[in-house]
Amino acid sequence: MRRALAAALPLAGLLAGAGPAAAAERLIAALSEHRVLITSSYTGVQLMLFGSVERDAGSQLRKGPYDIVATVTGPHETLRARSKSRVLGIWMNTQARTFVDVPAYLAVLATAPLDVITSAENQRHLQVGLTHTPLPELIHNDVGVVANDPFQGELIRLMRERGLYSQEPHAVTFLTPTLFRAAIKLPADVPTGHYRVDVKLFAEGNLLARTDSTFDIVKVGFEQFVVNAAHQYGLLYGIATALMALLTGWIASVTFRRD
Amino acid sequence: MQIFLPIADIPVNIFVVFAMGLAVGFISGMFGVGGGFLMTPLLIFIGVQPAVAVASVTTHVAASSFSGAIAYWRRKALDVTLALTLLAGGVVGSVGGVALFTWLRALDQLDLMIGLSYVTMLGIVGALMVGESARAIVRTHFGGPAIMRRPGSHAWFLGLPLKLRFKRSKIYASAIPVLGIGFLIGFIGAIMGVGGGFLLVPMLIYLLRVPTATVIGTSMVVIFLTMVSATILHAATNHLVDAVLALILMVGGVIGAQFGAHAAQRIRGEWLRLMLGLLVLAVGLRFAFELVLRPQDLYSIRVIGSVP
Repeated sequence: MRRALAAALPLAGLLAGAGPAAAAERLIAALSEHRVLITSSYTGVQLMLFGSVERDAGSQLRKGPYDIVATVTGPHETLRARSKSRVLGIWMNTQARTFVDVPAYLAVLATAPLDVITSAENQRHLQVGLTHTPLPELIHNDVGVVANDPFQGELIRLMRERGLYSQEPHAVTFLTPTLFRAAIKLPADVPTGHYRVDVKLFAEGNLLARTDSTFDIVKVGFEQFVVNAAHQYGLLYGIATALMALLTGWIASVTFRRD
Repeated sequence: MQIFLPIADIPVNIFVVFAMGLAVGFISGMFGVGGGFLMTPLLIFIGVQPAVAVASVTTHVAASSFSGAIAYWRRKALDVTLALTLLAGGVVGSVGGVALFTWLRALDQLDLMIGLSYVTMLGIVGALMVGESARAIVRTHFGGPAIMRRPGSHAWFLGLPLKLRFKRSKIYASAIPVLGIGFLIGFIGAIMGVGGGFLLVPMLIYLLRVPTATVIGTSMVVIFLTMVSATILHAATNHLVDAVLALILMVGGVIGAQFGAHAAQRIRGEWLRLMLGLLVLAVGLRFAFELVLRPQDLYSIRVIGSVP
């Protein structure tokens, strides 16, 4: 009965499917780690996402395969995108936009291209995919999403080049018809903070279930100490660094003294 | 071996950075300059943000000039009164430079300003050095007469009020031009991430007529103290000094400087100045190309704040 309704009214089915109580399938996801530590030897890391689709009697009837879209969203930050143009023969930044509260890391991992998984309308509605993630801008002390701003596309492109944004249509693989796995790649300059992994289950273009998990990236030990010191006790940090320079210079002059 | 730089926020190969410290240290020891004008561009080249590179190199130059200053102090080849007067101007200049640095960063024009300063300063100084040393080489090889400076020919600005006696340098001059030179060095140093030795030494010789016996030692003291104040100011206002990066650089730098100083003793002064002049010009030209040629990517991004 519900399945017939869902087929007739895609949006209604979508909303019904989003509610966990109404879902015929249940989605379970787990991460290989919940705390990623950045130490002095950190050069990037890979986390594993595992998940399983729990079926009940109703869902046994489903013919088509399942699709998974996992969205990993990092801490939010304020970014400034600049563009250069030629002024008096010199290339300089002439235009800029301030993007407020945008993810510092965003990875969209899926079992297939998003257009194959679900309709463009669903993608927009569910904010699935890099191009459907809202990137609010600062406009005269107001914050809002500007439609068709070329800076948005450029921001996404630059973040993709740095490995901080990614959209991989075949990053999630089903090991069995109900068991899936995906690798979350975190590059070396990944920002520290709280990360959210949102996993959505689709079949025949409809959202059936969703679940989420979180992990944290933290700097530990010496790195954390240096960053804290530099930001919270700037003056003391500066004096300590200067003293370190003097000590090094003095040791050198004593070691290499020729007279 | 990769090491993660906490403030620059990137992993670098510790041996690459150490080798850069050694190489720049070698050149700085050879020519008696801090080497900041080479180190900052090199760091930018390996992917350190320009702002972090400038701030961290000030710390590196503080260390290398301190070991130099100690050596001259032992030989008593420096003028403390002159150094302190230059410094009074230098500290004010550093404060102004760091303030302009912070302001330009907010306007997205910091990288442009760093580039422009490099082109102008290195272009002028490099061209002057190449011209002067080439003339000296021609003179020594073809036996032309050396141009002697008339003793007692003082520039007008040395006669301004607030006269001070700089005993060891044997000059009696107004404090105003001395403070002005100090201010300029501090200001430029804070923006470019350089000690300013390549500017200060010629200014002391040609403008203030400081004798060669005290000029290098005095400039070392001035550079070291301006760089210490610039380090503290950059750390306190912009939080951009990477202590780990600075430490690797300075250890490489002080070792390289010893070998450079040895190498310099086997080369004639004017050839040394010609080589340094060409090096300075080359770095300036590289910055000029970057400003004039169409950049590969017209767009760039910068994080200006994070939401916890």
